[in-house]
Amino acid sequence: MLRYTVKRLGSLLASLVVASLVIFACIEVVPGDPASFMLGINAQPDTVAALREELGLNRAPHERYFAWVGGLVTGDFGTSYTYRSPVSEIVVERLAISLPLAIYALSLTILVAFPVGILAATRRGSLTDISVMATTQLGVAIPNFWFALLMVLIFAVKLRWFSAGGFPGWDAGFLAAVKALTLPAIALALPQASILARVMRSSLLDTLSEDYIRTARAKGLTGRQALRRHALRNALIPVLTIIGLQFSFLLAGAIIIENVFFLPGLGRLVFQAISQRDLIVVESVVMLLVFAVIIVNFLVDLAYAWVDPRLRSRT
Amino acid sequence: MNSIRKSAAAFALLALAAGGAWAAKADVTIGIQLEPPHLDPTSAAAGAIDQVLYSNVFEGLTRFGPDGSVGPGLAESWEISADGTAYTFNLRPSVKFHDGTDLEATDVVFSLDRARSEDSQNAQKALFSGIKSVEAIDPTTVVVTLNSPQGNFLFNMAWGDAVIVAPESIDDIKNNPVGTGAFRFSEWKRGDSITIVRNADYWGAAPALEQATFKFISEPTAAFSAMMAGDIDAFYSYPAPENLVQFEADPRFTVLAGNTEGETILAINNKMEPFGDVRVRKAVSMAIDRQAIIDGAMFGYGTPIGTHFAPHHPDYVDLTGNAPHDPEAAKALLAEAGYPDGFETTLKLPPPSYARRGGEIIAAQLREVGIETEISNLEWAQWLEQVFRGYDYGLTIVSHTEPMDIGIYARPKYYFQYDNPEFQELISALSVENDPAQRSAMLKDAQRTISEDYVNGFLFQLALTSVVDARLSGIWPDAPTQAVDLTGVSWTE
Repeated sequence: MLRYTVKRLGSLLASLVVASLVIFACIEVVPGDPASFMLGINAQPDTVAALREELGLNRAPHERYFAWVGGLVTGDFGTSYTYRSPVSEIVVERLAISLPLAIYALSLTILVAFPVGILAATRRGSLTDISVMATTQLGVAIPNFWFALLMVLIFAVKLRWFSAGGFPGWDAGFLAAVKALTLPAIALALPQASILARVMRSSLLDTLSEDYIRTARAKGLTGRQALRRHALRNALIPVLTIIGLQFSFLLAGAIIIENVFFLPGLGRLVFQAISQRDLIVVESVVMLLVFAVIIVNFLVDLAYAWVDPRLRSRT
Repeated sequence: MNSIRKSAAAFALLALAAGGAWAAKADVTIGIQLEPPHLDPTSAAAGAIDQVLYSNVFEGLTRFGPDGSVGPGLAESWEISADGTAYTFNLRPSVKFHDGTDLEATDVVFSLDRARSEDSQNAQKALFSGIKSVEAIDPTTVVVTLNSPQGNFLFNMAWGDAVIVAPESIDDIKNNPVGTGAFRFSEWKRGDSITIVRNADYWGAAPALEQATFKFISEPTAAFSAMMAGDIDAFYSYPAPENLVQFEADPRFTVLAGNTEGETILAINNKMEPFGDVRVRKAVSMAIDRQAIIDGAMFGYGTPIGTHFAPHHPDYVDLTGNAPHDPEAAKALLAEAGYPDGFETTLKLPPPSYARRGGEIIAAQLREVGIETEISNLEWAQWLEQVFRGYDYGLTIVSHTEPMDIGIYARPKYYFQYDNPEFQELISALSVENDPAQRSAMLKDAQRTISEDYVNGFLFQLALTSVVDARLSGIWPDAPTQAVDLTGVSWTE
């Protein structure tokens, strides 16, 4: 298990280095000058030059790359061009929404998908199975922003149970904050739960037709016991992979939902930073997201090994 | 903090004791489209900074009124020397900054010197370029000496970029603005909202509101549902004109349709062939049906213009007749200029909907006279790079939101590259002219010159449409500057 872990850590570091180079190179070729953007169309050239100097935009690219990476390693993400406050501070503020939202949505996803998937698999071909398949098909097909708008119209505009959006902050109280994240989390979870339920179902169907399940049943286990002790655990590998992907997606890809509910999350931060050419924020947040994805994959890898002992010994 | 809570509790009790009717609402939540990048109006062009802070938190020597007139601000009065080069400002006595320090003449000297210094990051540094020196005579008297007389100096000093800041607050001004206004900055939840609260030590009349929160919502559908769900009380510059009919029909809301200083133009690259030929530019102008653009792109909101000047200004001349919509005449002009079959050019569009929606309509109108346009949608940063600095475009659509900015036509390097020495002389003469009648005549001349030179396609004055809770009064319908002045806003019920 230790060798397996070390090996995974090594590839994790390599991925990070490559990612940092790719991100920096991409940002370098993006046209548009942050200083001109900030000062607008009436600014005088000497003002723009003064601002470029202050932002450190006149330094050579390799100097800026090493300054940036050096900062990242020591936890200094730099200072945002537009906000003029530390990027780490801004990112932490945004993470305080994006991370709980992703966890909330993922919890809903799992809570719905697991029972539904198992139910459908164990009653293959039944009316339950057919309606689960149909509903999840619909769940995958419905664009989540449309579903979000529908919920806003019903629960915020008509019934007034929820605000139409926004986030009161965690200092407004845990319940108020969770309430503000509820509609967005449901909107995010709908397609993910549909996908996951389908994966759960098909994966479980595969394992249920394996020889060892028949053997287990032959040895006298009930269907339920065989399911719990043998089938479920083996069916989890593809499910875990999907959950890992979903978490990364929910953390970084919630931007449309963030816009619908005007939530100040990471996705909107990146979107805004790109249009304002706040390059340092873009670089750092994208790097952070890459880091998060890599860490999640690393954890999923570890989870595989935990679920499937053969993976540990093989390496 | 504790004491604030206690006094708030005491206040609530008092309110209860006085009966329900007395407990009138004294806070307001205002929706605005964009979040300010930071909170220093003197070092960025972003209009959102002024929307939140101008005249609420920060004040200048002079200030804009709701109708765009310039009146006293921190300077209670002023005298102008006979030759027009020295302005003596008498500051109001006992004005305090929000940090408790007194406003003194030295703060004014500091603020103006900072704006015009070599390493200044003021986005409107040109406002201060005529200043020769700024001196504090005594704590409440400042003398500003100009290089030459400057007719619009008092006007310039009313801009958000010219507000008076406290020297000791500069280091942190971008996150913690310290001004002299009727509201003090309270909290900024980045990405979500900014809250300002009533300044108890304000020198002027206390505002009716105790607290105001500006919420940033750029998505049109989100703006609609936030308004409908009652999350916000007013949306300043509402982003989706297509919903306005619905709000107008709803008795809970009032729709304010006012003017802005935004001349929306189809800018023409005057140095790019074939636009060097005035006949071609005139043909472009005549191909355009302004009303169709206003109806189609702006849902009817907007006033047609025939030159680069705000129609609500007393010196405005209606020159829309110089280029009436006449595709046949436009075709004839093109043929005369040597383009009987038209030509191809680029039409580069920045993000605002006036440009994106207007662009499609204009492209169709130009096609009718034989001009084919290749449309590309650009982000602002790209637009600045390609169009504004790179001159790499044929046509573009932009709203010029700075007030009284006809002077940009005297800058030959400005992105539309109009180079007319006569016009440049006229503008330099105007800048030193102090006589109101003369100034008015010169401004009218300037408007005629650029209109008759067909420098750009002059489209319409951008309207300001805000949706407001019907019980809220005092929101400015017009935008003489990009400000949401809350000093006169109150709840009527």
